[in-house]
Amino acid sequence: MPDITVVLPSILQPLAGGQSVLTAPAGRAVTVDALLDAVTGDYPVLARRLRDETGALRRYVNIYVSGEEIRRLKGLETEVAAGQEVLIIQSVAGG
Amino acid sequence: MGTMANAESYILAIGTKKGLWLAHSTDRKEWSLNGPHFLMSEIPSIGIDTRGDSPRIMVGVRSEHWGPTVAHSDDLGATWTEPDQGAISFPKDTEAALERVWQIYPDAESRPGVVWAGCEPISVWKSTDGGEHFELNRGLWDHPHRSEWGAGYGGAAAHSIVVDPSGEKVHIAMSTGGVYRSLDGGASWEARNKGISAYFMPDPNPEFGQCVHKIAADAAVDGRLYAQNHHGVYRTDDGGENWESIAEGLPADFGFVMLTHPRRSGTAWVVPLKADGERIPPDARLAVHRTDDAGGTWKRLETGLPDHEYNAVLRDAAAVDTAEPVGVYFGTRGGEVYASADEGESFTEVVSHLPDVLCVRAAVVSGAAVPAGAASA
Repeated sequence: MPDITVVLPSILQPLAGGQSVLTAPAGRAVTVDALLDAVTGDYPVLARRLRDETGALRRYVNIYVSGEEIRRLKGLETEVAAGQEVLIIQSVAGG
Repeated sequence: MGTMANAESYILAIGTKKGLWLAHSTDRKEWSLNGPHFLMSEIPSIGIDTRGDSPRIMVGVRSEHWGPTVAHSDDLGATWTEPDQGAISFPKDTEAALERVWQIYPDAESRPGVVWAGCEPISVWKSTDGGEHFELNRGLWDHPHRSEWGAGYGGAAAHSIVVDPSGEKVHIAMSTGGVYRSLDGGASWEARNKGISAYFMPDPNPEFGQCVHKIAADAAVDGRLYAQNHHGVYRTDDGGENWESIAEGLPADFGFVMLTHPRRSGTAWVVPLKADGERIPPDARLAVHRTDDAGGTWKRLETGLPDHEYNAVLRDAAAVDTAEPVGVYFGTRGGEVYASADEGESFTEVVSHLPDVLCVRAAVVSGAAVPAGAASA
């Protein structure tokens, strides 16, 4: 069964022990919410960079599942299947 | 005589819109600078805790992308530590999320380890472990006025915390909401704004709702505090029961800064701005004003400051140290930082062309303590 891969932007990689890609085993489809729980379980600071303490995705954090931004799908409830790639990218914001 | 290693020197922490810089000086005139730390994150709050063996610098950090957090350094910025679960995190039942840490306030020498924080959304927090973990103050969070508190231009936050020597009497200020006082160490809170104008509300003298920009306690007189309001400069001599104007003699009653002397009663500093609608120094002439008689009279202090300045000085972008004579420091939204080693009589430029200065804090440290990698700016 292929894993689900989560690709981190370089700025967050130090918070994941220097890894650029985190993987989660995918026996079945999981939500992005559950996927983030799984891959950031060992990296609590990384987890807080992505979602606030209510569990909401931070406003300028974009997550793409197979190229689609999840806010255009079902948000954190978007399902990810084995073999799919999830990209975390900071949005273009600020000045 | 102390050796060089034991001589006092000075640390000035400068929080900006795009990171933190640390300046070091032995005479408060010549400064070496290192940074940026936390590049591209704003640093709206700094606390320098000098109660322990070595100074601890605590900073509120906020990234537009990655959110707010609190970090601390026990080696003057060489390394920073961020607790895994976050030093400040709203409990689940509040259904709230931290937006920004506006204030980090190390408590009295007699209460080592106690650090207070003021945050957005409007909340007060207390740590007993030197700022590594804070507990939400439930008395204020559950206050019946909460639904009526509003947001100032910069956001809705508790931005000032003043704790009296006993630890029982705590004053806070929030924008907007005004001054609240606790007489039981923070368990319960009452609005204390009588005499402070809220000209922007239908009733200009409400119980609460004022936009108090900053409060500071007098060095010695119990119950005496000073407030820079959103138009209006005030003093109370009875712990906030009544506030009276001390704006006469100032070129304008608008501004954000209120500083008090750490030891001498009656001395306070403000940095006036022209008006709500014109947030520049009056006549574009930047000046600090000091009173030595609790607001009876004000002295204009501008030696060493530029001929013209169109940037504002924000509420926490000013600080004093504890040396003798007291040092006065401030930074502008134009990224200039000035230091005075003589209570404001004369200023020198510490650095220019930084991002908007949001917060400065200064401390006297052992001469051996130099920020890691300090290099000339």
